[in-house]
Amino acid sequence: MSNSAVPGQLTRRSAVAAGLATLAAPAVLRAAPSTIRLGLIHPVSGALAFSGNQCRLGATIAIDDINGAGGVAAMGGAKIEPLLGDAQGRPEIAASLVDQMAEQGASAFVGCFASALGLAATQAAAKYNIPFSIDSGIVDSLTTRGLANVYRLFPNASSVTADSLLALDMINKKAGSPAKSCAIVHEDSAFGTQTAQQLAGLLPKIGIEVKALIPHATPTRDFTNIVLRIKQEKPDLVMISNYQNEYVALARTLVQQRVELVGTWSVAGGGFNLKFAKEQPGVAEGMLDFNHWYAPKNPKAVAFRKRVEEAGQTMTWEVLFGYFAVKLLGDAWQRAGSAGKEETIAALASSTFADHFMPYGPTKFTNGQNSGAHAVALQIQKGDMEVVWPEEFASAAAVFPRAKL
Amino acid sequence: MRALMVGLALLVPLAVPQQYLVTLAMLTVTSAALGQAWNLAGGFGGMTSFGHVAFFGLGAYVAAIGQLHFGLSPWLGLPLAALVGGAAGAAMGAAAFRARLRGSYFALVTLAVAEALRVLANSLDITGAGVGLQLRLAPGLAQFQFVDRRLSYLAALILLGLTMAAASHLGRSRFGARLAALRESEAAASALGIDVVWVKTQALALSGALTALGGVLYVQTYLYIDPSIAFSPQRSVEMLLVALIGGAGTLWGPLLGALVLHVVADGTQLLVSRPGVAPMMYGVLLLLIVALLPKGIASLRFGRRRNA
Amino acid sequence: MPGFEIVAASLAGGVLTGGVYALAALGLTLIYGVLHIVNFAHGALLMVAMYGAWFLATWLGVDPLVALPVVTPVMFVLGWGLYRWVIGPVSRGEDRAILLATLGVSVVLENLALVLFRGDTRSIETALSYQMLELGPLLLPLSKVISAGVAMVLAASLWAFIAMTSTGQAIRAVAREPTGARLVGIRPQRMFALAYGIGIASLGAAGCLLLPSFYVSPTVGENFVLVAFTIVVLGGMGSFPGALLGGVIVGVAESLGGLFLGESLGPISISLTFIAILLLRPQGLFGRPGEAGR
Repeated sequence: MSNSAVPGQLTRRSAVAAGLATLAAPAVLRAAPSTIRLGLIHPVSGALAFSGNQCRLGATIAIDDINGAGGVAAMGGAKIEPLLGDAQGRPEIAASLVDQMAEQGASAFVGCFASALGLAATQAAAKYNIPFSIDSGIVDSLTTRGLANVYRLFPNASSVTADSLLALDMINKKAGSPAKSCAIVHEDSAFGTQTAQQLAGLLPKIGIEVKALIPHATPTRDFTNIVLRIKQEKPDLVMISNYQNEYVALARTLVQQRVELVGTWSVAGGGFNLKFAKEQPGVAEGMLDFNHWYAPKNPKAVAFRKRVEEAGQTMTWEVLFGYFAVKLLGDAWQRAGSAGKEETIAALASSTFADHFMPYGPTKFTNGQNSGAHAVALQIQKGDMEVVWPEEFASAAAVFPRAKL
Repeated sequence: MRALMVGLALLVPLAVPQQYLVTLAMLTVTSAALGQAWNLAGGFGGMTSFGHVAFFGLGAYVAAIGQLHFGLSPWLGLPLAALVGGAAGAAMGAAAFRARLRGSYFALVTLAVAEALRVLANSLDITGAGVGLQLRLAPGLAQFQFVDRRLSYLAALILLGLTMAAASHLGRSRFGARLAALRESEAAASALGIDVVWVKTQALALSGALTALGGVLYVQTYLYIDPSIAFSPQRSVEMLLVALIGGAGTLWGPLLGALVLHVVADGTQLLVSRPGVAPMMYGVLLLLIVALLPKGIASLRFGRRRNA
Repeated sequence: MPGFEIVAASLAGGVLTGGVYALAALGLTLIYGVLHIVNFAHGALLMVAMYGAWFLATWLGVDPLVALPVVTPVMFVLGWGLYRWVIGPVSRGEDRAILLATLGVSVVLENLALVLFRGDTRSIETALSYQMLELGPLLLPLSKVISAGVAMVLAASLWAFIAMTSTGQAIRAVAREPTGARLVGIRPQRMFALAYGIGIASLGAAGCLLLPSFYVSPTVGENFVLVAFTIVVLGGMGSFPGALLGGVIVGVAESLGGLFLGESLGPISISLTFIAILLLRPQGLFGRPGEAGR
């Protein structure tokens, strides 16, 4: 297991705070509160390193916030102690990290960014019935396998794809339905494959023909062949579901090869973020993504973004997910007054966690899945990300078809 | 006597409750078993293979596909995997040896086969393509899934026993003698009337079948398989390392090799817990062994023992 | 069926990549031709070169093309040193030992990279990253065109060096007839180390040329090992023209394979080509029969 590679003020601040807290507490009280060991399992090295680190960042900020506010009050101010694990992008490592941390006394887990890693890790945790709060990992099966210990505050693939098609349909119709066909490019692990299959099933229902379904491995650098195939098929839209590096590479190759499109529409596009918008404006402008984001009109959300950016980090949805996955657990521990496995699971099952700034309805867990969770449609406009759907959370109108680059 | 002592030592982990330690023991024993399987072809047979993971992956996928797509009992995965592994070994052997491939060329061809299988597994629906295959959690003897790692350890021990028996057979039988003869000199063996291609093919088939069983054990323990796990080049390297470090072509070599390798690997992992440190030590060990102890550690202790 | 323009574009891309592959394969075939060893560490050493170029580009802002004259001699020294102090002594000239020694070197290098740089995939953007060259209906990445061109020039230079200089002749003498060479005063071990160094130097150049259109990670060498061996076996071990032609053929096979079979199944074209050659015509296009396998 490797140590956190989180740069910037956050770790220093928490270390200093922890040190000061120990010095300040009178000797008598120093003995008392128990610690809650929380396992954080993410791919912080390997092909998914950027996103894995972002999730871990969010989680550690939440831990600092909870500890900084005095720990879990209902447990006598018990502080959370993170156990950091590097899954290196390999499911079997994620699973063995669960085994190791379980033996180290982990009361709960947060993880694993990627669906493939999450599937393996949650199943390993199920052996011990240790609660697992999924931070990212979209595949439905994470919560439909009948494992009682898994909880996901965030939307699953079915809801994301269904919602994304509602959004696409609305945006398309508003522009006079210029998009009548598409090609779907997806990465070939659980995330991309399931998303693509669901999309392929639903797109014809909104009048869009699927001309090609193109999988690729992570990592892949050269998208020339894929783009040539797309050029051959001449779709109106390119729909994308993949991770950070490949998203950017594909987007660039589409521009380089001068593929004429009505637009691109990614579903949980891994590279669609502010970093991309800033570093590659020529490519990013006008790209549409159906993804996770904060509620832009909520002042707490804006403040949080500012805080992350001031610490020198990029604000991405992975940070939000890591943050609230931990906060969800904190809320459960607070309500249960304990971090015991069964108590936590019961508290999660009945959770109505509302202390968040995500664009969601009320929290309600059914078989571990929060039905109130929703993703939103985003577009990069002038170097920033705007929410363009649904209306109640929108901060700008969609530009569709995409302007000529 | 020695065998009895080793046997007793191997039974010790069954009495240890800490799952973590038992897991280490299980990994070491599995390593030894796979290394011994490699040894049958690579040590006793002199066919250095760099792609033995091909058999491992085939076994793992056969077991997983059998359960998921055909609803077979997981225990049936064992004989099926052995069959497929053996057939693959026979096919590879027949093709390669008839084309007179040996030495480096043979090593490379095995590598290419493993890579081709990886690409196939990554593309076909029946193997789950890039998603891989996950077995449903259903602990119990009937489902060949154990929550207590000690039972998985027992299974690994049994596999080790099988491979040791096979190696012992090679050391004493006429077939083994023929294999040893052609390992020393194919020309001479051929002149003596030994059908070189047939003998080598049989050895590779046996090796393949046993390696495939290792794949079944993996998938029943971790309940997940994907192309990069099933056909990982690192696993091929570990298999040959275990045999070489201990002593290729000897009975006890792979067991020694697995022990040394895992002590070194897990030891360094404790000191420096960064990914890559342990496998790097594997490479250093390989270089040291090739330079200083080409016949492996077994040649130190069993110097006077007749090597098979 | 993809249209003609698409196939032509894919073909062109394959030729360009193949040109750079050929440069890497030249090193491998030289090493085999002279030392008669199958350098299993070839992929790992290419990875080292690519990391070198990556660091120069990221820390010092040096374009890989500009870094090439620096990385190449450094890789020469690395290769020369590796042979002189590791591979040579460890293997004592025995075939299986050499194979295993080069395997050992590759395992150590790959994992050392993993320890030092983690498993992240890294890539660079150069001034040329976005520029395309228009050739009729084809849009070719300019950086790929330049890389292929430079690779061809370097390959030709290497060929000329081996064919025409006295050092080159000494190397060829040692390759053909070590005892005879010793009799005329050439020391085989020195020539071996030199040849190995030159072979690895070609990887230094190839690494710089590949980096702009590829990514680097500790395991990137594994992809290249099979590609390099396929090229060399296809062309004939020890044959320079074979490596060049083989490089282009393999590059095209890889590209067209990806186009027709899809990204997932595409790479199988390499493995299958390799297996087919070894089974059907192990000496390759330009090799002599009977040289297959040691």
